[in-house]
Amino acid sequence: MYSKDGVDYFVVDAHIALWDARPENQRNVHGKQFIDCFYDYHRNLSPESEVWPYEEYLYQGGERLMRDVFAGGMVDHAIFQPARLGEFYHRGFGQTEEAFALTQQHPDQLTYNHWWDPRDGENGLDQLRADAERFGLKGVKLYTADWHGESRGWKLTDPMAYRYLELCRELGITNIHVHKGPTIRPLDRDAFDVADVDHVATDFTDLQFIVEHCGLPRLEDFCWIATQEPNVHAGLAVALPFIHTRPRYFAQIIGELVYWLGEDRILFSSDYALWTPTWLVERFVDFQIPEDLAEYAPLTTEVKKKVLGLNAAKLYDIPVPERLRLPDADEPATGPRQPDAADLAMS
Amino acid sequence: MTATLLTEVTEAQVRAALGTVVDPELDEPITDLGFVRSVAVQGPEVAVHLRLPTSFCAPNFAWLMCSDAHDAVSAVPGVERVVVELDDHHDSDLINRGLAAGAGYRGTFGHEAEESLDELRAVFVRKGHTAAMERALTALLRADRSLTEADLQRTTLGDLPADEPTTGALLRRRAALGLPIDPDAAVLVAADGTRPSVGEAALFLRRARSVRISVDGNAHFCRGLLATRYPGAETDQTPRPSVDDVPLPGPTRPALPLEVLS
Repeated sequence: MYSKDGVDYFVVDAHIALWDARPENQRNVHGKQFIDCFYDYHRNLSPESEVWPYEEYLYQGGERLMRDVFAGGMVDHAIFQPARLGEFYHRGFGQTEEAFALTQQHPDQLTYNHWWDPRDGENGLDQLRADAERFGLKGVKLYTADWHGESRGWKLTDPMAYRYLELCRELGITNIHVHKGPTIRPLDRDAFDVADVDHVATDFTDLQFIVEHCGLPRLEDFCWIATQEPNVHAGLAVALPFIHTRPRYFAQIIGELVYWLGEDRILFSSDYALWTPTWLVERFVDFQIPEDLAEYAPLTTEVKKKVLGLNAAKLYDIPVPERLRLPDADEPATGPRQPDAADLAMS
Repeated sequence: MTATLLTEVTEAQVRAALGTVVDPELDEPITDLGFVRSVAVQGPEVAVHLRLPTSFCAPNFAWLMCSDAHDAVSAVPGVERVVVELDDHHDSDLINRGLAAGAGYRGTFGHEAEESLDELRAVFVRKGHTAAMERALTALLRADRSLTEADLQRTTLGDLPADEPTTGALLRRRAALGLPIDPDAAVLVAADGTRPSVGEAALFLRRARSVRISVDGNAHFCRGLLATRYPGAETDQTPRPSVDDVPLPGPTRPALPLEVLS
């Protein structure tokens, strides 16, 4: 829990990882390119005091993760969203065994989500059944830009992906986190296209689709889909650190999200170890949309409470103390949520 | 000696040619983004190195910029041989080989390419227009606070201040799409010329705004990452002026802590 100015916030970090990108785990040059790209994100968007040396960035281990994410008691719960990246790293990027063991040690603080990949075919379906039982899965993280043999990407609308989504439904895995990386195949189309989310959200209305980094770099397509599909949510990973480097840009992102999605479908995520949650929570609580950006309504304390934890707690049935809960907003299920705030007209 | 040999190629000419090459996603010249790493001219031979913000930038856009750069430099009078190379990308080898061999998009990417990148390019030309339209109209709204979003349905090109860069940028993008550029033409239009009704105008503009925020935000991120990856690259970058860069003057309460605003 985080407290500021007499207000208490229940905090859920909806996207953390325990990765291993050390040279001995790098399978090829792409393993190095991938972690270097992450490190540039980290260096570029972090306040100077939060920048880590490169060596520390390669691997954190469980003890340090617990310290970085939970020290000071600010974060109440965090959810692992692992990336497989089997073509880049010998033992994969997300460290399944280590993360799951940590979750078993700290079941009140951690939830372990796993991944699946439709290109694993029938065997992967059997594996998903086994994983669901072993890990007690409530959610999965899907990375559509992952490489797999000759293939350098897949879509949620691939026929085999539908088989996996049907199995998720059967197994009670209701939270489908989608990370739209630069999917390569087919190259003819926009690599970051989120249109496939639209299709599956319509076909699987009982599943919740959380689009990580709120569809960036296609915020506009994401907002338009999410405004029509009540089971599509925005994860704030990568968008949040702009609160430091580009606060006016962050104000517009959060302003757009609240306008199109409403306040009940936006989730706080640090994307640890890309960034640590502490400074992001502090900045977000202190943040306000500048008054001259009159096209957006100000962020209320209720909106901040929901984004920081209550929305994710609802998706994952994480118990929230009675006094910290809030009711859902009285908003339409579809269509822009805050049309009154849309008018630039000043009195 | 032939006439072509007498035409001396200069680096300035080559850079000017590269200035016509646009990053399709960001709708800005690669020269303003700092994507040109080096230009070397030796007589009629030109070598250009391009660089991108990450190893994992989408290869289809990378290809478009590299092949457009090749075409643009080849068209400079006096140029006889052009080598364009993309540095430090996960597909650098593939793209550089394809460019050197003149293999084209399909010849370079094989089974990963289906037909062409024409539709991809067209999608981003349309988005570029949408963002330029929103920039021009939001500048108007901010300058005249008595205007409403619905009022903009009737705004014509003649209502836009002629000396604003946003106006010129919009006119160029309209011309590229074949949209009318006369002063009586409505500003608020879809890329195919369709106009929203008065009742639809506000939502239409809001959608356009989300496009502009996305494009501008990506450009911020790409510029920042490039300078992180290649220290000093920021000196090669020229930002696009934005209505959002500077808070409006006037009696507005600073809602942000001052250190965040700085």
